[in-house]
Amino acid sequence: MAQLTVKNLCPGYDGVAVAQDINFEINRGDYLCIVGENGSGKSTLVKTLAGLVRPVSGEIICGDGFSMNQIGYLPQQTLMQKDFPASVGEIVLSGCLAASGLRPFYSASQKKASLSSMERLGIDHMKNRCYRDLSGGQQQRVLLARALCAAGKMLLLDEPVTGLDPAASAEMYSIVSDLNEKEKITIIMVSHDIEASVKYASHILHLGSEMQFFGTKEEYVKSPVKMSFRHQEGLAKFMDEPLCSRAAAGKNRRYFK
Amino acid sequence: MIAEYLSYSFVRYAFIAGVLTALCSSLLGVTLVLKRYSFIGDGLSHVAFGAMAIAAVLSVKTELIVVLPVTVLCAVLLLKTGANTRIKGDAALAMLSVGSMACGYLLLNMFSASANVSGDVCSTLFGSTSILTLTQTDVWVCVIMSALVTLTYVLFYNKIFAVTFDENFARATGVNAAAYNLLIAVITAVIIVLAMNLVGALLTSALMIFPALSAMRVFHTFRQVVLCSAVVAVVSSAVGILISIVLSSPVGATIVVVDLIVFGGFSAAGRIMRR
Repeated sequence: MAQLTVKNLCPGYDGVAVAQDINFEINRGDYLCIVGENGSGKSTLVKTLAGLVRPVSGEIICGDGFSMNQIGYLPQQTLMQKDFPASVGEIVLSGCLAASGLRPFYSASQKKASLSSMERLGIDHMKNRCYRDLSGGQQQRVLLARALCAAGKMLLLDEPVTGLDPAASAEMYSIVSDLNEKEKITIIMVSHDIEASVKYASHILHLGSEMQFFGTKEEYVKSPVKMSFRHQEGLAKFMDEPLCSRAAAGKNRRYFK
Repeated sequence: MIAEYLSYSFVRYAFIAGVLTALCSSLLGVTLVLKRYSFIGDGLSHVAFGAMAIAAVLSVKTELIVVLPVTVLCAVLLLKTGANTRIKGDAALAMLSVGSMACGYLLLNMFSASANVSGDVCSTLFGSTSILTLTQTDVWVCVIMSALVTLTYVLFYNKIFAVTFDENFARATGVNAAAYNLLIAVITAVIIVLAMNLVGALLTSALMIFPALSAMRVFHTFRQVVLCSAVVAVVSSAVGILISIVLSSPVGATIVVVDLIVFGGFSAAGRIMRR
């Protein structure tokens, strides 16, 4: 069974849906990119998946031994966080909070878990540095480490490369794709960057006012939906890369509206 | 000379109450400043003033019975509606604070039984000398409340940090952020009511935000900032009270001026350290 099945979901605020009947499912180890124009409801969908917004209608079903609070969430950075006086260690450790319930302090094993997630992302040497003194890419890695502390099965990333320079963006993409390939962590990422999405993802969910698409990226590149992006001719070249090949083995799932 | 002053019980009371109130205010102040809620302290103190006026008009003996619930209620309403309501957080706050200020003053002027209305208003707003007239009961109430606030803060320290740094993330991972926000609101209201005795309604928010802001100039981790702001608050309120006794200046204003000077010092230190 799929880790996450979304059925006829209409995300929205105060009973007003911003997108209609979204359907997709995600299996362990999938890498789903959610793309679409501004206002197509990507962010609202992510907030709904993160449990921050109640859906107007539809269902989100968990399976494969997965539950909703095992999603590690990487929200968009807020302005406030940019000058927050906190050390990297403090922030990463705060990812373990949900697991401590009402216990007031962190246990030794939680501290160890936070240390190991910092090591995985190569930020353990800056444990005591102040978050606001880090570069944008380093800050995102800190938040990613925190998300890993919260949940090791699925990561939900809301435009993780916004505001990063090209080098930092590329680094971020490669970290995420490493986590996906080596540790079989399921990835759901919202992105503006259609080229990177097609390059790294195994599946694409395209939200649009006219039509929706869900399927593997190979199907996506051939589909008429992607024509709404201007640089479609550039997409084909990513198809040759070996990185993409495993996606082709996946089951074909497609929903057109 | 200071030892001589301290032999008077009212000076000792003032000292204990002042230092404890400053300590509690500074703890929560860090969170309020970082959550961009600095003005909530200010707004709530105006609400507390309005509540105090109602209590005075109704001639309630222990004003706390009226002031505390009203302030707590307003704090809860403000923090709850802060995120997405028709009237945005800051506008709601401005409305509430100015409104309760006006109503309070109006009530006091029209119905107060006291002969010296402007004196009452002045001491409620600026604290003036009221801290030197604390009774033993007042001090005990202050000690117990401060102990409760500090204990709660220590026990919920990690949760308060998580909710302050990133509320959305905390909620997404299943932390009951709304409950902790509520907790923060309630503690804030309690502290404001406590601090009103010391520095008066208008200056309570200074007690909350100055130590936090000073600490943030110099320190870089949340724990250091919290600890430093507590130390700064305790020291500057102690110094402020001593100065005000020696110079017989108004207690609240003196403490706030000391806080202001400390802030200046820390800002300079922070700038030098960054070079």
